[in-house]
Amino acid sequence: MSINDNFLRTGRRAFIKQASLATLGLVIGVDSFSKIRNISGQNGTLDNFEVSPFILIGVDNTITIVNPRNDMGQGTLHAVPAMIAEELEVSLAQIKIIQSDGQSKYGAQTSGNSSSIRRLWLPLRTAGAATKEMLIKAAAHRWNVAQTECYAREARVFKKGSDASLAYGELAEEASKLEVPTNPVLKNPADFNIIGKAIKRAEIPARTTGKAIYGIDIAVAGMVYASILHSPMIFGIPVTINDSDALKIPGVLRVIKCERKMIHRDAESVAVIATNWWAAVKGRNALKVQWDNANLNEALDTDDYFQRCYAQVKAEGINHHELGDFSKKFNTATSRLECTYETPFLSHAPIEPENTTAHVKVDGSVEIWAPIQGPGETLPDVANYLNLPVEKIKIHTILMGGSFGRKAYIDFVKEACFLSREVNAPVKVIWTREDDISQGPYRPGMLSRMQGFLEEGKITGFHHHIIGESILRQVFKGLPDDEADPWMGEELRDNTRYAFKTSRKVSWTNVKTEVPIMWWRSVNASNLAWGQECFFDELAHLAGKDPLAARLELLEDERFIKVLKTLAEKSDYYATATPGTGKGVALFKAFGTICACCVTVSTNNGGIKIDKVVSVIDCGMYVSADTVRAQTEGNIVMGLSAAIKGGITFKEGVCQQSNFNNYPVLRMNEMPAVEVFIMENREAPGGVGEAGLPPVAPALGNAIFAASGVRVRNLPIDITTLMKD
Amino acid sequence: MKKYTITVNNKPHEVEAEPDVPLLWILRDYLGLKGTKFGCGIAACGACTVHLNNNPVRSCQLRIATLPAGAKITTIEGIGTAAPHPIQKAWIELQVPQCGYCQSGQIMSAVALLAKRPMPSDKDIDAALAGNLCRCGTYDRIRKAIHLAAENPKL
Repeated sequence: MSINDNFLRTGRRAFIKQASLATLGLVIGVDSFSKIRNISGQNGTLDNFEVSPFILIGVDNTITIVNPRNDMGQGTLHAVPAMIAEELEVSLAQIKIIQSDGQSKYGAQTSGNSSSIRRLWLPLRTAGAATKEMLIKAAAHRWNVAQTECYAREARVFKKGSDASLAYGELAEEASKLEVPTNPVLKNPADFNIIGKAIKRAEIPARTTGKAIYGIDIAVAGMVYASILHSPMIFGIPVTINDSDALKIPGVLRVIKCERKMIHRDAESVAVIATNWWAAVKGRNALKVQWDNANLNEALDTDDYFQRCYAQVKAEGINHHELGDFSKKFNTATSRLECTYETPFLSHAPIEPENTTAHVKVDGSVEIWAPIQGPGETLPDVANYLNLPVEKIKIHTILMGGSFGRKAYIDFVKEACFLSREVNAPVKVIWTREDDISQGPYRPGMLSRMQGFLEEGKITGFHHHIIGESILRQVFKGLPDDEADPWMGEELRDNTRYAFKTSRKVSWTNVKTEVPIMWWRSVNASNLAWGQECFFDELAHLAGKDPLAARLELLEDERFIKVLKTLAEKSDYYATATPGTGKGVALFKAFGTICACCVTVSTNNGGIKIDKVVSVIDCGMYVSADTVRAQTEGNIVMGLSAAIKGGITFKEGVCQQSNFNNYPVLRMNEMPAVEVFIMENREAPGGVGEAGLPPVAPALGNAIFAASGVRVRNLPIDITTLMKD
Repeated sequence: MKKYTITVNNKPHEVEAEPDVPLLWILRDYLGLKGTKFGCGIAACGACTVHLNNNPVRSCQLRIATLPAGAKITTIEGIGTAAPHPIQKAWIELQVPQCGYCQSGQIMSAVALLAKRPMPSDKDIDAALAGNLCRCGTYDRIRKAIHLAAENPKL
């Protein structure tokens, strides 16, 4: 998940400049499976036919489907193979699923940008349909009948009007010699048996018995463990390393100076290698390292960063787009408003911390077992890092225990490679929770300076001035100082659909920081929605209008209107509120999906209690309704954590948070009632892994105002003391 | 190094380890029982929850040398061995897990709760499960699944 729409385009350009990820962004299309290969069995006989890189049919009728989108909990292990199986006419019970290993024949393989369904919807269905056509053609030839006399079902081809049938395995060799149809007929959605149907995820039982294997569970013969002492100021350089106490700890084997390859900058560290991880951690805690921190105590300071951001709120930014002359109208408007919204830095904090097992072997080959979002991008990146051809590197893509963007950033994979090369053995690197939370990279903290005005009681002017650090600039070095961030600008230009009749404007001011940043679930949308949707509420109140009705008044797109009207109905929005309670709504489109959210709160002993969250999502066609609901529920929880739990702060160079005790996330006892409703239509699929998150915080902020009259503009909100201030 | 005998899932194991190694790492790295997960190391996330004499505990905080004599440890691998436990069935029925990484701990807490309170209230669930973090956000389904298992012990 994560990674803005333009990541693949602009990010790719930036990457190639650094000669690190040259194959990022390959498009999977029909042309990518035009090559038919026979895969030799171990005994030298042909036993598997690769009809497309994603489909292997064995003579024993085993059907193997390659999943090019690793699962971090978003359900791709079910939904991606389902798209192939649907068109191939095999049931999910008949297939074996393996993960893609990064080879370029699978195209782009990053679970990111909420892209799995919307980007693979046609290519993978086409791969399944083409393969099915080839199998039918082979059967028709065998029976000497027309292809129209044959049909496929449950991994067999049947002859109409007879009992004759052939298993796919019996046809695979012959089919593999046929030309791949370039324009196979796709099924009518009305005929789907798998897509859109309520089918339980096959991998769920293993996730209830402890048998599912995550990256951290990998064990390899001869493996040693590493715990890495990263610099408390992230980029500090170890000047002296006293390892005498560390080396006395039973199980500790070696202490090695290590490196952390971040995308934009390198960092140095000290690794302790041991026979077990606990010993490695003890050894690491016993290290005495002096760091040269240069000016990091000043460079890594979030208070200083936000002060510099606030210094820009009255300044003119760089325009990304402007329709009409905003300032001219704003300066003379009689009914207008301006205010500033703040979002904090955030850590992803997946419950499975970063880890990788790597073996750089003496023969120059490499094996890597890693819980990563993007094996396709990791392979050339690691090859470049180790100065080896990609053919020498085998990546085993292992399940992720959560990620939310973090495991598409592979600094920890390279650490394992570096250490394995140093010690000549397989090395398993496991980060501590403290490493995870205090080392970043983080979602950037941002400001949204908002201005707007009314004319004849209608919101007609809206200006969003985005102030802060840019992923494109800091991480990819791809944003010139005199340009507005295109990712954020386009996100608002393309997805904000309110018809502000007189002027709408998005401007940008880059305030730089060395606090390392990256994409976090829903990327910039999580920052931008907060300012946009809370400020819309403020303007609606200024106009004396109900905020939901004021939104409907400015929407012209039928899908947005339906989502909002459905939300009003499902949340009982217009029911009379009892005193001390309130409902707030927010609406945002991201990753091709529209999501609206209604939060109900009540005042409670000087604080606020979140009673209920209702989300309505329009993601077009989908593979699994239950997964859409699960992802939206997850986005509500993560969106609430982002709204009411502590953010990440740096003081004098050091991250002030280190673990779940001081970087809390939502717990069971804080969980409100949730309801999710999916709009049913035949629109093209949108992303569901992230789109549910952006509207959650502003809906909460607006609900707090409705219940209490307190307007919150800075996240996170301490809801327990809100009314006491 | 010292030798310890511990009973895990009704099977005795002899382990040679330093006395301060947490039970979590004994289970994972010495006994190869990887279903119990590491999440935080400070008893703040609950991913490492196991049963010590039928009570849920955070195995990252229990040093091997401090285990009471005759301690009976149950891990996720010891749940539903003959047939899936009603909690596991309810988890599947409601498709609770997303990434699933925290679910071993969630299930260990839920199984212990049902053993003590066969018909738990929402408040009971809050109290028993508040120590188990789920970053994917499956709390609502966990709550519903516990109720489902309680109401259908033969699920």
